Amino acid sequence: MASSTSKRLRPLSPNVQIYRPQLTSVLSIANRISGVVLSIYAVALVIWLIAAASGPKTYSTAHVFMRTWIGQLLLFGCTFSFFLHLCGGIRHLAWDAGYGFELRTIYASGWTVLAMSAALTLLTWAVSIGLAG
Amino acid sequence: MGKERRRSPLGRALGLGSAKDGVEQWWVERVTAVALVPLTVWFAASNVVHMSSDYATAITWLQTPLAATLIVLLLTALFGHMALGLQVVIEDYVHSGLKLPLLIAMRFCCFVLAVAGILAVLRICFRG
Repeated sequence: MASSTSKRLRPLSPNVQIYRPQLTSVLSIANRISGVVLSIYAVALVIWLIAAASGPKTYSTAHVFMRTWIGQLLLFGCTFSFFLHLCGGIRHLAWDAGYGFELRTIYASGWTVLAMSAALTLLTWAVSIGLAG
Repeated sequence: MGKERRRSPLGRALGLGSAKDGVEQWWVERVTAVALVPLTVWFAASNVVHMSSDYATAITWLQTPLAATLIVLLLTALFGHMALGLQVVIEDYVHSGLKLPLLIAMRFCCFVLAVAGILAVLRICFRG
């Protein structure tokens, strides 16, 4: 009796793939993806700290890798993921506090998150290159 | 049986239902998020300044009490937040028997990384 009820096929909600992507849904999954990506960079952060603790030779190996084009590309990806997750996270904290649930506000904050992430990434790299050069 | 009968209606209601600590994870994820806003922004800004620097400059910076303290705090909040975030991701997408081992392995990894990172900072600090 119990097994026959549990085996019965329950109605399922439509798969997410059939929906047209919208700013809200794209930013929702982007926040999650950037979080997972940043987890990988968190491993790199610990490796960098261990390299610094190990001595000048290990540190310079890590330093030289970060200076290669692939290292720079990875750092650029890290910067953008960081700012996207930071701005998206602040948007989520505002929602958690009960603010910004009107549809217009949600779209306005969404575009702000995208614009700020791009602007802060470019600003960070502009300052970084300016200081280095 | 006798014990159940002696309990007041309120006592019974309080003992029923969920484990009552479900909101704790949600709350800790938010608190660590709030902590990470200043910590990560400080770290990113410091890295922009120190990224191009050589070993000696980087070590001198890491040895300052402020930097060492903030990086240890950053690692603590970061890996706590990361464990809670990855837990939700695993719970949402992994439905096989792999779910529990993955959750435990992920927890262990976060813990190991946090300890390794903090120890690295302390080694740099107390090398003298």
